[in-house]
Amino acid sequence: MTALLEVNDLRAQYGAVRVLHGMSFALNEGDVTALLGSNGAGKTTTLRAICNSVSHTGDMVFDGIALRGKSTEAIVKLGIAHVPQGRGTFTKLTVEENLQLGAMVRRNRPDIVSDMDRMYGYFPKLKERRTQQAGTLSGGEQQMLAVARALMLRPRLMLLDEPSFGLAPLIVQSLFDILRKINVEERVTVLVVEQNANLALQISSRAYVVETGCIVLSGNASEIASNEAIRKSYLGC
Amino acid sequence: MELFSNQVLAGLATGAIYACMSLSIVMIYQAIDHLNFAQGEMAMASAFIAWQLIQWGLPYWVAFGLTIGLSFGAGFAIERSLFRPLADAPVLTHVAGFIALFAIVNSGAGMIWGFTIKEFPSPFGNGQFLGSELLSAHQAGMIGATALLLLSLYVFFEFTRVGLAMRAAVSNPESARLVGVNVSWMIGLGWALAAGIGAVAGMFIAPLVFLEPNMMGGILVYGFAGAVLGGLSSPLGAVLGGFMIGVFENLIGTYVPGAGNQLKLPIALFLIIAILRLRPQGLLGRAFVERV
Repeated sequence: MTALLEVNDLRAQYGAVRVLHGMSFALNEGDVTALLGSNGAGKTTTLRAICNSVSHTGDMVFDGIALRGKSTEAIVKLGIAHVPQGRGTFTKLTVEENLQLGAMVRRNRPDIVSDMDRMYGYFPKLKERRTQQAGTLSGGEQQMLAVARALMLRPRLMLLDEPSFGLAPLIVQSLFDILRKINVEERVTVLVVEQNANLALQISSRAYVVETGCIVLSGNASEIASNEAIRKSYLGC
Repeated sequence: MELFSNQVLAGLATGAIYACMSLSIVMIYQAIDHLNFAQGEMAMASAFIAWQLIQWGLPYWVAFGLTIGLSFGAGFAIERSLFRPLADAPVLTHVAGFIALFAIVNSGAGMIWGFTIKEFPSPFGNGQFLGSELLSAHQAGMIGATALLLLSLYVFFEFTRVGLAMRAAVSNPESARLVGVNVSWMIGLGWALAAGIGAVAGMFIAPLVFLEPNMMGGILVYGFAGAVLGGLSSPLGAVLGGFMIGVFENLIGTYVPGAGNQLKLPIALFLIIAILRLRPQGLLGRAFVERV
């Protein structure tokens, strides 16, 4: 299997505070990979570094292309969609405009329209609310909108930051069911950051455990899920 | 009754000036989420550029088009050179920047073109509109031009990719970057558009007030008032607000005993405050709701 994204010795800092101390990992094409760890471990920063939203050093290669020195916009154009923590909704715009923005860097209009219909297929609630101001959606609906917006890019890699954050358990479960379906049907590679390890391991094939800016453990999701010692010491569950 | 309709018409005529100004204020607000105090001075400078081009012998409409183009470029350049470096600075730093820009443009224009008033031609001629006594051809043309500008802005923001990208960049810059919008270009473009619209406003206002560096002083205040009254998120609201202030001002001067010329403005502004007390988002502005 080939790696879609290879990250080597990634270091990042906010001002004088070092957050990542040399992370290395790889994502297999078509897989869902989980990045697990407690609050403040550096999971979000890792995603932000991939999109060049935070200053960092280290080599990242996406599908044979070095990401070093590329702007966020250029990285998006390569097919990396980032669903940020807190969902990143364009609250003042309508649901439909949010989806259109997801396809901002694409040109082919008929394709975009048919993609939008497909998104409404995954998330019928969004169709009902298409002309509504996005800020009025519930948390769960906004998370669905964020995922749909990211998919409108037709990404090869989707970065999901804490999709379960602030949502009721029932809604989280249905969201993760849809994410699993999307991974298969849209053939999109997914890197998901989660504090809720059990949830993330359910849909992942590989997982990396992060602690204070370093990867301390990696393996198959099923192995990590079944190893009680790992779960107790690193994942708090 | 005739007195009333005449006063409304006269109010609309002055209102057209304010409406033009309000529109350029809303434009910059849409782009950068701040009110640019130098907006009026930039419009004044544009009018001077047009005047200079006409003095050099260019036909009116050529000078008109060229001035819009130059102002567009200048707006972009101002953002790049002065405000881009302040991008992450607090709001008050921006305010200081706007005031500095105001002073620089104002004295710059005085230095280059002097403070004596100059006549500025109207493309619509000097006659009256269809024989009306209250509305000059220029004022009627200006109302038409404002409507046309408004329509183009509406189409731009609602139906074009760039318009959508601009709204996204204001609504949520971080997310806009993550969908591939070049946010800093969008801000530059917002400045450019505001300067271009300001140029149109300046060139249409100059024939009515005479051209001189301080010509926008009072108008900017009315323009702000119109924009706030109509709603800073709505170009249509801003234009309506501008017209309403013109009409209010006139009617109050005519009908409120003792108001006369001195008190008509304060009373009109007081009315605005009363309206905003009831509708803080302005008449046509949208109240944005957000669930967290």
